[in-house]
Amino acid sequence: MLRRFFAVRQRTEEMLMQKKISKIPFKGTPEQEARLKAVIAECQGDQSRLMHVMQQAQGIYGYLPYEVQVMIAEGMGVPLEKVYGVATFYAQFALSPKGKYNVSVCLGTACYVKGSQDVLDKICAGLGVEAGECSADGNFSVEECRCIGACGLAPVFTINGEVYGKVTADDVPGILAKYQNA
Amino acid sequence: MSNVNIKINNREYSVPAGVSILEAARLAGIEIPTLCYLKEINEIGACRVCVVEVKGARSLVAACVFPVSEGMEIITNSPKVIEARKTTLELILSTHKQECLSCVRSGNCELQKLSRDYGIADSHRFAGFTPKYEIDASASHMYRDNEKCVLCRRCVAVCSKNQAVGVIGANDRGIDTHIASPFERPLADTACVSCGQCITACPTGALSERDDTQRVFDAINDPKKHVIVQTAPAIRVGLGEEFGYPMGSVVTGKMVAALRRLGFDRVFDTNFSADLTIMEEANEFIDRYTKKENLPIITSCSPGWIKFCEYYYPEMIPHLSTCKSPMGMFGATAKTFYAEREGIDPKDIFSVAVMPCTAKKFEAERLDHTAVEGLADIDAVITTRELARMIKKEGILFNVLPDETFDAPFGLGSGAGTIFGATGGVMEAALRTAYEKLTGDSLTDENINFTDVRGTKGIKEATYEIAGNTVRVAVASGLANAKKLLDMVKSGEKSYDFIEIMACPGGCVNGGGQPIQPASVRNNVDIRAVRAAGLYEDDKHLPVRKSHENPDIKQVYDEFFCAPGSHKAHAILHTGYTARSKY
Repeated sequence: MLRRFFAVRQRTEEMLMQKKISKIPFKGTPEQEARLKAVIAECQGDQSRLMHVMQQAQGIYGYLPYEVQVMIAEGMGVPLEKVYGVATFYAQFALSPKGKYNVSVCLGTACYVKGSQDVLDKICAGLGVEAGECSADGNFSVEECRCIGACGLAPVFTINGEVYGKVTADDVPGILAKYQNA
Repeated sequence: MSNVNIKINNREYSVPAGVSILEAARLAGIEIPTLCYLKEINEIGACRVCVVEVKGARSLVAACVFPVSEGMEIITNSPKVIEARKTTLELILSTHKQECLSCVRSGNCELQKLSRDYGIADSHRFAGFTPKYEIDASASHMYRDNEKCVLCRRCVAVCSKNQAVGVIGANDRGIDTHIASPFERPLADTACVSCGQCITACPTGALSERDDTQRVFDAINDPKKHVIVQTAPAIRVGLGEEFGYPMGSVVTGKMVAALRRLGFDRVFDTNFSADLTIMEEANEFIDRYTKKENLPIITSCSPGWIKFCEYYYPEMIPHLSTCKSPMGMFGATAKTFYAEREGIDPKDIFSVAVMPCTAKKFEAERLDHTAVEGLADIDAVITTRELARMIKKEGILFNVLPDETFDAPFGLGSGAGTIFGATGGVMEAALRTAYEKLTGDSLTDENINFTDVRGTKGIKEATYEIAGNTVRVAVASGLANAKKLLDMVKSGEKSYDFIEIMACPGGCVNGGGQPIQPASVRNNVDIRAVRAAGLYEDDKHLPVRKSHENPDIKQVYDEFFCAPGSHKAHAILHTGYTARSKY
């Protein structure tokens, strides 16, 4: 079992884990911009509060697209690369928006050995979306996550918090259909 | 500062309190190897090549960032230390694209040297995951091959700290960490100023100038082309390093001889057009100063600075001198005056510039640099390093060459032209001419040196009384210093009449196209000062030390441009600038 685990865990060159940059056009509103500007103004140019501003910005927009990172860089007086470097370092920051339905697949150890990679692949294929991205119509986003504490149900994924446990790849189309037709 | 008593390799030493183990060891005559460390620029203890044993410490410590303290006992060469360094190197090599046979940095690569010093017999000991990256060759001045990157972050540090640009940084994390620009944009699409300081900071072949040597060879081998070459002031004090001369050696004569043997039809001196720049710029300064218009006037010789101004200080563009750089003026004069005089169709002239600078490659591609409609003023720019590569490739034994002199009519340069290569040099050259124009007096050997504007300090200021006028000048080198200076000018805290800015710290002698000195040298010698000293020595011994006394300059005005600032001079020697968006 352990040997198999290490065998499948060995990374292949295709498995680069760089954050995906969304191609979905930015749809920020003037209200959102005003809220972000207020957060930045509060920091009064204190560059050590960059992460705080980024967290707030993600709260406002749901993710950190190019336009938002430019606003943060300008407002905080730091190079854009500084913002982007932080955004791609921490898992909590997203470069893609969340869809109306956010599918989160656990790739923690227990789920992984129970085949959650197959489940993830099937979900991505079924929705036509890559992990870490959002569909063009804004309906579905797919993300990988680490252990959500439901190892007894492995493999497990959630859709907007609704938990699906002990799933197989074959179960995926039926579950997705409920949301696709909703 | 008080001293502390320490032991290094069981011998007792007294060293200043607070210095790092690395510096203390050096004082004791021991060199600890480093890879990521660049003194005062990148002190992050990341690469772990400099680890040493400290008695009582839980694990090995990074000597570059660990300060000494009273009674400290350090071992720099135990088997444990050597083994740890070897393993670190083997791990770095495990993700390194080992093209060492033909890599541009072969023989001058810090990783290669360490691997050799530590006897890494199996450079593929840890076969594992090797991230794949595409080479970024988008920019006109350089390429980045992240598969040769060791993630030392020296480039990142010089870009943001020395140059206040910060368009590169570490993206993603873990094994995916790589140095790139925001949103993985190609470098050409960022607010990079093309200074190339990242290249000279890189320990490996991950960053390199765009190699234009083949285009130059092709032109030389084309019988239809009349190939001319100009060499910037800083080349003559840099090139020698590539051939084993001590740093700062002036090798003008051998350089000219080598260029002739490479097959250039005429070998000219950019010092000539530096003098031309001074004629135009001093005239422009006196004009603006009398009218009190757009002061301070800011020099425009450094293309890295120009690009920085266009991106980061577009509101200062009206202050920039409209003079093209010496390289640009040379190129424009060659395709007009020279072509006419020699009876050569400018289309057949291939004009090469040897520059200590990577941003010059960008400058040469600027659309407004076309004195003759449809023809670029400069056809190819090669750096000092590329010239050295050409000389070596052709088998020219540089060291045994005779000393030769430049060709007419652009072969004479004054001492004022030669000091253009150092920070403060353009200012001093301009002051020499402006002083004589304004006062009508002649400067003598006693008062020709404006020493207040010399030296490697980041920002220098001086005030001169010239013909009853008070002229306030400032000089900045390194764009972080330029930023500091400009912010003070903008806020009204400081006010000047004339500012010189050069993008690279120390000026062109330390340009991004100059020979690369490893960190082991950079950390202990001030390259900027040593190379600049060569230029000032050159200036001292030149027969003509003021631009307006250069006979070649007098000739070009008599025969072609009439007078500084004339209509013709304006059309050919001056240019304009455009604001650029950072995003």
